[in-house]
Amino acid sequence: MKTKNETGILKDSVPVGQKTDAQMQDDRESVSFGSNRNKDFSKEPLCLSGKGVTRVFHTGKVTTVAVDHVNFEFHKGELISIVGESGSGKTTLSKMLLGLLEPTEGEIFFHGQPRDISSGAKKREYWKGIQAIFQDPFSSYNQFHKIDAVLDDCINMRGGKNLSKEERFNMKVEACGFVNLKYAELTNKYPFELSGGQMQRLMIARIFLLKPEILLADEPTSMIDACSRATILDMLLKLRDETGMTVIFITHDIGLAYYISDSVYIMEHGKFVECGKPDKVMLTPEAPYTKRLISDVPKIHEPWDLSTVG
Amino acid sequence: MAKKMLEVNQLTTKYITRQGEDVYSVDHVSLDIEEGKSLGIAGESGCGKSTLALSLMGYYFPPLHYTSGSIVVDGKDITGLDPDVVRKTVLGTDIAYIPQAAMNALNPTRKVGKFIEDVIKAHELPMDKKQIREMAEQRFARLGLPVEALDKYSVELSGGMRQRVVIAVSTILNPKVLIADEPSSALDVTSQKMVIKMMKDMLASGLVKSMIFITHELPLLYNVTDDIMVMYAGQIVERGSAHEMVFDPVHPYSRGLMRSILVPEEGTRDVKLTAIPGTPPNLKHPPAGCRFAERCRYATNACRYNAMPILEFAPGRTYRCGHSVEHLREVYASEDEE
Repeated sequence: MKTKNETGILKDSVPVGQKTDAQMQDDRESVSFGSNRNKDFSKEPLCLSGKGVTRVFHTGKVTTVAVDHVNFEFHKGELISIVGESGSGKTTLSKMLLGLLEPTEGEIFFHGQPRDISSGAKKREYWKGIQAIFQDPFSSYNQFHKIDAVLDDCINMRGGKNLSKEERFNMKVEACGFVNLKYAELTNKYPFELSGGQMQRLMIARIFLLKPEILLADEPTSMIDACSRATILDMLLKLRDETGMTVIFITHDIGLAYYISDSVYIMEHGKFVECGKPDKVMLTPEAPYTKRLISDVPKIHEPWDLSTVG
Repeated sequence: MAKKMLEVNQLTTKYITRQGEDVYSVDHVSLDIEEGKSLGIAGESGCGKSTLALSLMGYYFPPLHYTSGSIVVDGKDITGLDPDVVRKTVLGTDIAYIPQAAMNALNPTRKVGKFIEDVIKAHELPMDKKQIREMAEQRFARLGLPVEALDKYSVELSGGMRQRVVIAVSTILNPKVLIADEPSSALDVTSQKMVIKMMKDMLASGLVKSMIFITHELPLLYNVTDDIMVMYAGQIVERGSAHEMVFDPVHPYSRGLMRSILVPEEGTRDVKLTAIPGTPPNLKHPPAGCRFAERCRYATNACRYNAMPILEFAPGRTYRCGHSVEHLREVYASEDEE
């Protein structure tokens, strides 16, 4: 709606009494952790675990061990961060967790049972339990598919193939509402017509429809501004509270990992050098690599010692 | 009083879109930097940080156009100069600009030493190859870069090394102002620290006389620059020293930014992380009043319709808001208590 004000300049305006988009989001603007903050997850059942998981790449005569005998135990409802610099093997590990890459050695357990994804049907079944949000929302969508199709696919995957149009519509409205998007504005649009933040929120709407047990989020906020980051984090946390989802964060943002996680794994050259509660790992690091990593992050209350680098 | 290295007065530049619409992405920006000082520019994406950096060079090419205002570098007015003149007499010697992702700009078919020759040639300096080589070696050694890097191709260097090489090459003529746009955001924390250390060393030893540092990473700005300026929708909304801006921001937008900082320090886990809802306005039709009003929780109707001037409320501190500083501080204090 365009109205003219005293100065004669055209301006998008909102009638008094009607809420703007910004105000609608007001009640959601800060991150709330629910009851799961500082909970002890080690008593929860195991969701995903791995023993001696290794992945080796061969290029010509060069052998690269991207992930080197890592062990991990992710519990139900836990929020895990895997932190490492580029080249530490984070992405290779996440691909193995998703079943996009086979480990060269070692085994991944899903609900305590060895994971079996040997056939396409078994893989699809596994993917009902684990889903991912990737770093770059701009390249996560098929640009020829409308947003409706993106959401319909999710409903179909959850066994909603025979639902009526109306039921589907209601589900889509609910999913979009969960991430503060208006379905009416999205329908019949293509993903590239949205902003980066909206695309990432649509990704979360997908997850809301799929309700996987495990969500693997690979740098979900690194392409988004710090000030809209809180909204995305809040939505992920709310999703976890509502569905008991396990969230695995892959990130190099150490501040973020410290703030949000229940447990942190620090990765260096394909190995976990340290893991544990964020307070322990980040504030009293023991491994030399973790110490260096923490000291290299610029902080605001402690001085940043520049003399430690060549 | 220290000498002013850069004085920008009411600079306005615009993009002209294919449809012929004007987008004023830098709107009456005034700033100044003294010799030996650094200024950080913060703001979310799309608020005009990078356009400001481009505009400060005085080197305009479509769709970016100069509208009004002046840029004075060390007493020399560079506004309105022909782009060719700017390239030969201003860039490199007065102003060096390091764009975003500069480390990917190195031609992979040429050795690093060649880039330095190019810079010297472009400025038509009377130096032969041997002198250039000597100068390059000295500079690399001084900045702690391996001299062997001069004989390497850019692809043989790591990302952090490439970025440092780019900075070393672009500052070889000791510019008065170095404008760095996100010089370290694509790097790991350790490489980032090396880049920052080199830049700070260059400023401290006078190889560059002043520095503008653009990034959205606030903890980094806080550690690197003397002053921080926050931009929103093409305008400056607040300026102050780095410490004041991080611990005592006045403008609601700056406060929102500062409250989104997450650092691995004790106490971070107890912080209430808040988001600024909504998105920046479309600058094709900028709001008549405060540009932040639509997203501001303290906005009144007056905010929406009255143009906001930028006001100085303490030495070196300016802000652009309809509320008084005392009022804002009171509101913030009562919020913090909750």
